[in-house]
Amino acid sequence: MVVSIDRSQGRAGGVAAETAAPAATFTGNRALQIEEPLIFEMGQPGRCGVDLPEAPKVKDRLNGLRRAGEIGLPGLSEPQVVQHYTRLSQKNYAIDMGVYPLGSCTMKHNPRVNEKVARLAGIGDLHPLQPISTVQGALALIDSLAHWLKTLTGMPAVAMSPAAGAHGEMCGMMAIAAALEAKGERAQRKIVLAPESAHGTNPATAASLGFTVRPIPANARGRVDLAALKAALGPEVAAIMLTNPNTCGLFENDIVEISQAVHAAGAFFYCDGANFNAIAGRVRPGDLGVDCMHINLHKTFSTPHGGGGPGAGPVVLSAALAPYAPYPWIVKDGDGWRVAEDGAPVDGRPLGRLKAFHGQMGMFTRALAYIMSHGADGLKQASEDAVLSANYVMAALQDVMSPAFDGPCMHEVLFDDGFLKDTGVSTLDFAKAMIDEGYHPMTMYFPLVVHGAMLIEPTESQAKEDLDLFIAALRSLAERAKSGMAAEDFKAAPRFAPRRRLDETLAARKPVLRWRPSNNPPGGDPLKQAAE
Amino acid sequence: MRYLPLTDADRRDMLTKVGVKAVDDLFRDVPASARLPGKVAGLPDHLGELEVERAFQGFAAMNVSPASVPFFVGAGAYRHHVPSTVDYMIQRGEFLTSYTPYQPEITQGTLQYLFEFQTQVSLLTGMEVANASMYDGSTAASEAVLMANRITRRGKALLSGGLHPQYRQVIETTAHWQGYKAVAGKADAAGLEDLIAAVDKETSCVVVQNPSFFGHVRDFTKLAAACHAAGALLIVVVTEVVSLGLLMPPGDMGADIVVCEGQSIGNGLGFGGPYVGLFATREKYLRQMPGRLAGETVDADGRRGFVLTLSTREQHIRREKATSNICTNAGLCALAFTVHLTLLGEAGFRRLAELNHAKACALADHVAALPGVEVLSDSFFNEFTVRLPKAAAPVVEALADRRILAGLPVSRLLPDDPDAESLLLLAATETVTEQDMAALVAGLKEVL
Repeated sequence: MVVSIDRSQGRAGGVAAETAAPAATFTGNRALQIEEPLIFEMGQPGRCGVDLPEAPKVKDRLNGLRRAGEIGLPGLSEPQVVQHYTRLSQKNYAIDMGVYPLGSCTMKHNPRVNEKVARLAGIGDLHPLQPISTVQGALALIDSLAHWLKTLTGMPAVAMSPAAGAHGEMCGMMAIAAALEAKGERAQRKIVLAPESAHGTNPATAASLGFTVRPIPANARGRVDLAALKAALGPEVAAIMLTNPNTCGLFENDIVEISQAVHAAGAFFYCDGANFNAIAGRVRPGDLGVDCMHINLHKTFSTPHGGGGPGAGPVVLSAALAPYAPYPWIVKDGDGWRVAEDGAPVDGRPLGRLKAFHGQMGMFTRALAYIMSHGADGLKQASEDAVLSANYVMAALQDVMSPAFDGPCMHEVLFDDGFLKDTGVSTLDFAKAMIDEGYHPMTMYFPLVVHGAMLIEPTESQAKEDLDLFIAALRSLAERAKSGMAAEDFKAAPRFAPRRRLDETLAARKPVLRWRPSNNPPGGDPLKQAAE
Repeated sequence: MRYLPLTDADRRDMLTKVGVKAVDDLFRDVPASARLPGKVAGLPDHLGELEVERAFQGFAAMNVSPASVPFFVGAGAYRHHVPSTVDYMIQRGEFLTSYTPYQPEITQGTLQYLFEFQTQVSLLTGMEVANASMYDGSTAASEAVLMANRITRRGKALLSGGLHPQYRQVIETTAHWQGYKAVAGKADAAGLEDLIAAVDKETSCVVVQNPSFFGHVRDFTKLAAACHAAGALLIVVVTEVVSLGLLMPPGDMGADIVVCEGQSIGNGLGFGGPYVGLFATREKYLRQMPGRLAGETVDADGRRGFVLTLSTREQHIRREKATSNICTNAGLCALAFTVHLTLLGEAGFRRLAELNHAKACALADHVAALPGVEVLSDSFFNEFTVRLPKAAAPVVEALADRRILAGLPVSRLLPDDPDAESLLLLAATETVTEQDMAALVAGLKEVL
C-alpha cells in the first residue's frame, strides 16, 4: 500500500507516512492482525445463528400495528459470529494483556471469580420485581456490601442505586440540594466551588442542577489554595466538589481545615471518590469531614471496565445528608430484609429515584467478591502497593521526564511535557509511541492544570519486573525524544498497531455513525477485486 | 494475597529507590488525625477463592431462581434465553478488561462493535442515528426529556399514564432538582388515554411507552403530528425491545427520540442491572444527543477505522456546558446486545418476537377463562394486565409459596393507587412452556 496522505488529526507537521508503509498482502491482513468487515457486509439471507421453533399461528393482538418491511439485520451463522467478534477482540488492548497505566481510571486486575459468582443461578438470573420473599439472599448481599462501604469510609449511610460515578455525583449533589431546600437556603446558595483540576463531570453535574460553578485556584504544590478557598466561601456557597486524592495524584493535606471551613460557612463537602483506591483500608473519608462521596466500584473495587461500562457509583452520606437518600433502600427487618420503594413510609425525605429497580446488582456482586477476597488486611495492602508503585515509577523517571509536582504522590504520578520542550515531540506523540512498545498510553492532557499532562497510574496489579520493563521503555522513549533526532518517528507512531493514527477531524466534520449500504470500505473486498 | 504481585523484598527495594524508610512515609500528607493505626476495625481479613464462592452460594441459596419455577414476571425486565456464545464473547478479556476507547489505534474492537450496535439500534427503532448506549432505559428516558428541553427551549414534559412508574419517578426526580415541569397522566390500565388535547405551547415533549406498562400497543402517529404542530417532540419509550421484531417501529410513527431498555437482548435479568439503554434520534438533533458516539473515519494509511466522535458535546471537553454529565456508559452490555442480535439476525429476531407474542396470546386465553379474571389489555405484545377478583399482592405471595412466580402485582409500583390493587401484570416470553402455563392456571384456581 503506497501512502502519502497527511492525516495527522488535522495538526500541522503531518505524518511522514512512507517510512511506515507496511508491505502489502493480498488480503490486507498482517498475520494475526486480520482485517474485519462489519456484520452488515457479511450477512446472507438464509443464515441464522439461532434455532428457534416456528411460532404457532395465532390471531394477533397487535392492534393492526404489525411491522411492515425488512428491518435490515444481517443473517450470520454461529461460527461466523464467533470468528467476527474474536477477531475484533484481538484489536483491543486490555488489562489482561499488561500494564494499562491510564491515570484516574484505575485499570487494576479483574479477578475471574467475581465473574463466576455474578453468574450463579439464584444471583445472576433474579428478576428485580419478583416477590421480596424470594430474593432475601440478594438483599442480604447488597446489605453486606453496603456495610463494607460504610465501614471502609467511616460514613453512616450509603445510597446504592447510582449506575456510575457521574450518576453518583448527581445523587450526591441532589442530596445537598435537598438538604439546602429543607433549611430554606436553596435559593440563596447557588454557587459550587470546584478546583480547575476537577473531572469534567463535576462542573457538568453541578451546572445541570442549576448551580453556578466557580473555580478555585491551586497553589504551587498542586493542592487547593486554602486562603483562596476561605475567601471564596460565603452565604451564597452551596458546596465544594473536591477530588481527594486529587487529579494530580496528590493528597489534599489541608483537607481537614478545608472541610471545617466549608462547614463553618454553612456549605457541604462533596468528595469525588474516583481516587479512593489510593487510601481504601488506610484512611476513612468520614474522618476527613466529607458529607458525601461516590465510590466507583469499577475503579477501587475492580468490577471490569468493559470497554466503557457498565459501572456503579454508590454514594456514602453523612448524617446530615442521609435523610435525603433516594429510593430504593434496603431495610433489615427482624430476620429478613425488605425494600423501601417509592411511596413506602421511611425515615427522612428521600430525594426521589435515580434509576429503575435496585442499582447495578451485577457490579455489587463482583465488588463484594473482590472486597471479601482482599479483606481488611488485603485492601490496606492493595492501597499501599498502588501508592508505592506510583512513587517507584516517579522516582525511576524523574531524571528523564518532568514530574509536575514534588512527591510523594499517591496512586498516580503526574508529569508535564517540560521534558519534551523543543524536541518536536508532543504528549500525544509520546503516548502513541508507547503503543508501539506494547503499552496502553497513560491519560493525556488531563488534568488541565499542567501543560501536556501525562498521568500514570500503575495500580497494585503489576509485578516489579513488569514495572521495571515499563520504566525502561519510557526512559528509552524520553531519551530518544530528547535526542532531537526522532521527532518524525514519533509523529508516525503507532506503526505496529491494528490501525495507525485515525483522522478524528474527518470523523467529526462528516459524521458517519452507522453503516448504510452506500458506505463501502476503502479498498473493498479483496475477493471481488481479484475477480475484477 | 493472590492478587498482589509485589513481594516483601520487592517492596523493600522499591522503598529504597523512592528514598523512604516505610510506606507510611508516602502517606505523610494525610492529616495525623485521619491516619488509622492499622487496618479498618470491625472487618474480616482476606479469603481464598473457595471461601468466597461458598459465601455467594449461600446468598444464592436464599433466593428463588426464575429458572427453577414457572415464571411470568416482566414489567420492564424480561427473562429470555441468551445463547452461550454471548456470554463467552463478553468474557473475553480483550473486551471485558478494556477501558473506554480513548486510544483508537488499539481499541478498534470496541469501536467497531459500538458502530455495529449504533447501526442495529437505528434499524430497530426506525431512527436515523443512535448513540453508543446509556446506563439503562429509565435513565435514557430522563436524558431524552432533558434533550427535548434543550432543543425546544421549553420546560414542560407530559408523561403518559402508560409509562413504567419507575421511569416516571426517575424523570420526575430529575425534573424536580433540575427545575423543569413533568406532568404525569393518571395510571392508564385501561389504555384509554388521549394526550393530544394536553399538548400546548409550553410543552417540550410528550413521553409515551409502547407497548405501555400495562401492555397496550398503540399507534402514536397522530400524537406525533400534534406534538410537531405545537413545536414539541415525541419521545417513545420501549421497555421490551423484542417487541420491535413484530411491531411498527416508533420512527415510522414520527417519534423524535426513541429510548429502549435493551436488557432483553443479550443481557440477563441480573436483579435489575447492569442493563443497557438504547437512545436514537433524528439526524438534525445529533448535536444535542447525550452519550458517546462511535464514528467511521480513516487512518494514516487510508484504511477504514473508528473513533469516538463529536465529543465536544461531552463533559470532559465542555465541562459545565456539556449536554449531559454522563461519562461511563454500558459498553459491555451493548456488546452482549450486539452479539445476541447478530446471532438472531433478521429471521431469528422476527421469529423470537412471534414466539413471544404467541406465548402471551396463549397465556391470555388461559387466564381469561378463569372465573372472575378479566384481561384488560385489548392489545399487547408479550405482557398484559389482568384484573383479579381480589387483591393481587397476596395472590402473588400465595403462589410464590407454591413455587410459582406469577407476575407483578401492580400495587407494588403504584402503592397509592386504589385502582391498582387487584391488577396483575403477566408476561410470557419464549422461555415459558405449556406446563408452566398449566401450573399457573392451576395455582390461580387454588388461591383465587
